[in-house]
Amino acid sequence: MRILLLILIIAACSCVRAETVIHKEKSLYRNIEVKESSYRRCLVFAVKRGARNQTCINLADPDRVVFPYARMTFAGLLLNPEPASVLIIGLGGGTIPTVLSRLYPEATIHIVEIDAAVVRVAKKYFNFTESDKVTVFIQDARVYIRRAGLKKLAYDLIILDAFTGDYIPAHLMTVEFLQETRSIMSERGVLVANTFSTSRLYDHESVTYQRVFGPFFNFKMPITGNRVVVTNGHELPGRKVLQDRANKLADRFVKYAVNIDDFPRYMKHDKDWNEKVRPLTDQFAPVNLLRGN
Amino acid sequence: MTRPVNPLVYSLAFVSGFIIMAIELLGGRILAPYFGNSIYVWGSIISVFMISLAVGYLFGGKLSVRDPGLMRYGCFFLLAAITLVPTMIYGNMVMDAVFLHIEDPRYGSLVASSLLFFLPVAILGMIAPYSVRLLVENTRHSGQVAGRLYFVSTLGSALGTLMTSFYLVLWFEVNQILFTMALVLSIAGLSSMLYGKLTD
Repeated sequence: MRILLLILIIAACSCVRAETVIHKEKSLYRNIEVKESSYRRCLVFAVKRGARNQTCINLADPDRVVFPYARMTFAGLLLNPEPASVLIIGLGGGTIPTVLSRLYPEATIHIVEIDAAVVRVAKKYFNFTESDKVTVFIQDARVYIRRAGLKKLAYDLIILDAFTGDYIPAHLMTVEFLQETRSIMSERGVLVANTFSTSRLYDHESVTYQRVFGPFFNFKMPITGNRVVVTNGHELPGRKVLQDRANKLADRFVKYAVNIDDFPRYMKHDKDWNEKVRPLTDQFAPVNLLRGN
Repeated sequence: MTRPVNPLVYSLAFVSGFIIMAIELLGGRILAPYFGNSIYVWGSIISVFMISLAVGYLFGGKLSVRDPGLMRYGCFFLLAAITLVPTMIYGNMVMDAVFLHIEDPRYGSLVASSLLFFLPVAILGMIAPYSVRLLVENTRHSGQVAGRLYFVSTLGSALGTLMTSFYLVLWFEVNQILFTMALVLSIAGLSSMLYGKLTD
């Protein structure tokens, strides 16, 4: 067992070494790197301690959604299979909007990304394109959503995926922020939020989502440390409805390697967190201290 | 000025240094829900604090010319505490209004942080030159006194930054911290006035 582990580690290390950095830049907010190996290209927000891949594409099969968490965000479609308007917070390499715009060419897709450099890199290295339906706004998400609320915009699907090299920024995980987000969801609107299940913030985040949206699907899959929150803010559909919808969508997703028909059995309601902790608010959000995962 | 005044003035300068930076750090948290966490929000906050302090230095220095005393010195602390209260109570109202009227979050954050922080920080800025006046006994030692004072108050600033960012935001709500700061400023002000009365 130990030898096997050792071999794995060595293999993993040599994989890392085989990567070359094809683009490197210091943006206003972070160090951005694009790394490429023989089979894939990744966007990395480089932090000395534990740099994290934001997005990867498979060079031989660029349609394929490489990361499990990115695949999992499509679970929102099981609550509303025909979104006409989508808001995505955090662009990364643009995998999620690219897939959504192909599956739903009629849908309006708005993306909010704070860092102009990320948008440039996504376009140059990750085949991301804007169109008359797909628009990127270079702005802080909190500001965008607050303005959207004033303009009475309403989205059918909102995906929260704002990650820095570390974790989610503090002001994008509070009760007030989620309330503002909820206010720009249409009647059939669905919220999808990507978080880490291993974070010390897990309990606090869960309580915060619960406070604003009530029950939500606590969607985790065995292969990843991500937890994706999926909710419509009122009555959640039952397992059978989810499975029927998933089966119908499955064919369209094969090309992207998204096993959506596998999702419903992992979309659970169990409250596997400590419900006694305080929700995060604008007044109390010791996020920078609690993170660490 | 008699000698025993020194420890009091140095400690009060330390307190004001601590509180200035604690407020500045909390400023980021206070503005973020409206103007985000972008680099320009910090740009606005830091500029506004610098300008407020600059104005405070000028004004405090001017006020120190005529009969300087612990009474007036204590007043600065009390005034700073009082002007901090609207920031806590009406902060969101002010930011709501600014957000509605100014689309560009750069100027929005600049205007909002001026409205929220200019007065209390300018008043806190008056403390530094006034402290110099209370401490200096002769021109030969004036530089040394000023050096010591900057040392103490900047040390307070460093500690205020560290304590707030490392611990206080973990334990308390933003407004609880601000309220405590106002309370500490009031106590500092009153003790200066009391001491002034006793030594008169």
